[in-house]
Amino acid sequence: MNDRVEVRKTYKLFIGGAFPRSESGRTYEVHDTDDKFLANAAKGSRKDARDAVLAARKGFAAWSAATAYNRGQVLYRVAEVMEGRREQFIADVQAAEGLGDKKSARVVDTSIDRLVWYAGWADKYAQVLGNTNPVAGPYFNFSIPEPTGVVAAIAPQDSSLLGLVSVIAPIVVTGNAAIVIASTLRPIPAITFTEVLATSDVPPGVINMLTGDPAEIAPWLASHGDVNAIDLTGVTSTELAKKLEIEAAGTVKRVRRPAQPNWLSTPDLGRLGAFVETKTVWHPLGA
Amino acid sequence: MTFEYAPAPESRAIVSIAPSYGLFINGEFVDPTSGTTFKTVNPATEEVLAEISEANQSDVNAAVNSARRAYDRVWSVMNGRDRAKYLFRIARLLQERAREFAVLETLDNGKPIRESRDIDVPLAAAHFFYHAGWADKLDYAGLGPNPQALGVAGQIIPWNFPLLMLAWKIAPALACGNTVVLKPAESTSLTALLFAEICQQADLPPGVVNIITGAGDTGRMIVEHDGIDKIAFTGSTEVGKSIARALAGTSRKLTLELGGKAANIVFDDAPIDQAVEGIVDGIFFNQGHVCCAGSRLLLQESIAEETIDALKRRLQTLRLGDPLDKNTDIGAINSREQLNKIDELIKSGDDEGAQRWTAPCEIPDKGWWCAPTIFTNVTQAHRIAREEIFGPVLSVLTFRTPDEAIEKANNTPFGLSAGIWTEKGSRILMMANELRAGVIWANTFNRFDPASPFGGFKESGFGREGGIQGLSGYLQSGTDSDDQAKGMS
Repeated sequence: MNDRVEVRKTYKLFIGGAFPRSESGRTYEVHDTDDKFLANAAKGSRKDARDAVLAARKGFAAWSAATAYNRGQVLYRVAEVMEGRREQFIADVQAAEGLGDKKSARVVDTSIDRLVWYAGWADKYAQVLGNTNPVAGPYFNFSIPEPTGVVAAIAPQDSSLLGLVSVIAPIVVTGNAAIVIASTLRPIPAITFTEVLATSDVPPGVINMLTGDPAEIAPWLASHGDVNAIDLTGVTSTELAKKLEIEAAGTVKRVRRPAQPNWLSTPDLGRLGAFVETKTVWHPLGA
Repeated sequence: MTFEYAPAPESRAIVSIAPSYGLFINGEFVDPTSGTTFKTVNPATEEVLAEISEANQSDVNAAVNSARRAYDRVWSVMNGRDRAKYLFRIARLLQERAREFAVLETLDNGKPIRESRDIDVPLAAAHFFYHAGWADKLDYAGLGPNPQALGVAGQIIPWNFPLLMLAWKIAPALACGNTVVLKPAESTSLTALLFAEICQQADLPPGVVNIITGAGDTGRMIVEHDGIDKIAFTGSTEVGKSIARALAGTSRKLTLELGGKAANIVFDDAPIDQAVEGIVDGIFFNQGHVCCAGSRLLLQESIAEETIDALKRRLQTLRLGDPLDKNTDIGAINSREQLNKIDELIKSGDDEGAQRWTAPCEIPDKGWWCAPTIFTNVTQAHRIAREEIFGPVLSVLTFRTPDEAIEKANNTPFGLSAGIWTEKGSRILMMANELRAGVIWANTFNRFDPASPFGGFKESGFGREGGIQGLSGYLQSGTDSDDQAKGMS
């Protein structure tokens, strides 16, 4: 007998560790690659973006003060919980991206492995990006990378899970808080990912996920005074990218618009160093 | 007790200033196509020093073309070892002609000869020496093997440290294999033009360094020129933002070193006499024309009165006057325009209810001057606590606990530098962690070194100058970060 009526899920935003609907009350339809209806996703608004900034700022305070060891363990924990939901992610990615079984599995496995890779960087990147400086005088002088703060990211439009994870992990492993706009047409893997985040010790507000139209939401983030940087990886329109850069200039935000890499290949340190600020400390030597 | 000092002026005979200067393009001085010139003035005497050319669009084009040719044909194909030797030559020439540069800098800028002689010029030479060594070691810059130059860099620098800012810009650009078009500030072009002569003496291939003079319009032409691959700007936050807007949607890279409103925080266990020296150095060095100046003094309440009294006593011994006099501590304000800006903010301090104290200085009849000024009873809402004054004006606030100090120090859109004065090591490191600023001076202030990265958090800009971190502003980054990013370093 197979006539049980399934329980369908309501797909919501992820802000400050909670799953609110969009304040705007709007949703939009999500389809698979064969144009079959999958779900109604929340259509994030300006107010949702602003709520996410507030949550991220709170999350940043705690997260940036956590030890590197702790951040590494939390990220590793995310990978652990993802592994437990591997089948669900494969199904989600398959529906979203229209990939075959093998390819979807590879994408999900690489996503999990990528989190593990970045988790391991938590207590190492400062050793690679920081240094002491031999200044010409009786001073001890060192430089260390510190998190930039609240980073808004537009996730890749095509690579709905692996691209998403590859964008988020380096932002948060270095101590930043993230506000992410998921792939517009393929948001479901991102939403499933937020369910993983909610159950894997990531403090509230450290990663916030919005679904909807980047052209509508992103400008509010780009101009927001409490957002320190913006990652335009998933912006496909050069017009929108330019608009966002102009908005970002008003508060001297760090703007990053990386080329789309092959997400399956191992990354270099580019993204790890993208949202850190070098802080240099001087102290005199003397008895 | 007061000391009387006989005048001890440095001779200006070592410098010969031409009546007028052309633009330095492709290794030669050429007349500007417009024929338009402007005057550069000694701010201490209002005497006209020389006529400076104003570069227009066709001059900018010529400079960019010259830089591009030099990049394509010479500089990008030269090996690092040989690029290094040119930079070493430049460093040595700057050292050899150091006194000449110091006197010229003081004449054109108004800063005390003690500072141009002991800080600006030696540090400029040191920057070339440091970066020279990098030119053939870029594989170790942390950007992967064989990192590539960006191409032609457009560099726009301010008037507060004219030669030093030139060195901060040109040395790393050339070491990394770029060629440059540099524009000095319109009120301080002379040492940049003398530096052009150094390039000739070093036999630097023509076009590797181009120096074009002019004001904001010329700067805009450089920023908007699509033959340029990277813009490096040091100056006001306002102009920095407009540059970032102009570059939006382009693939040109950008680094910005902008304004500041640094907190200099003194705890009750600090050695007061040393702290007072640091406070003076923090805000009265170079007449306060320093983006990283310690312009907000945060005093722990229990020692506030005592510290302010000691500071006032110390300020009474500062000598304001002839910048060429070797005993002068406070020189001239660089321009009338800047003096007006400072005066306006001082007036806002009076109007908003802060209490002003001005050091008793005799102000010379000619030139532009501002006596060291302290405001007490300043609140965080006052303009003098929020806006960069860029003059010898100190705003004093108080705090009770370290947490309050951190909150007040970070309560600004800027984040360039900060100072901490305390004998307690754990407190220094905790404060250094919590302060959102790119350079933290603990029990010292305003120290600079080519090996030490300099640059800001937040609206103080992005990118670093100096140190290994400074190199990434002039090199392409690795594959995954092969981006069109602004300010990644």
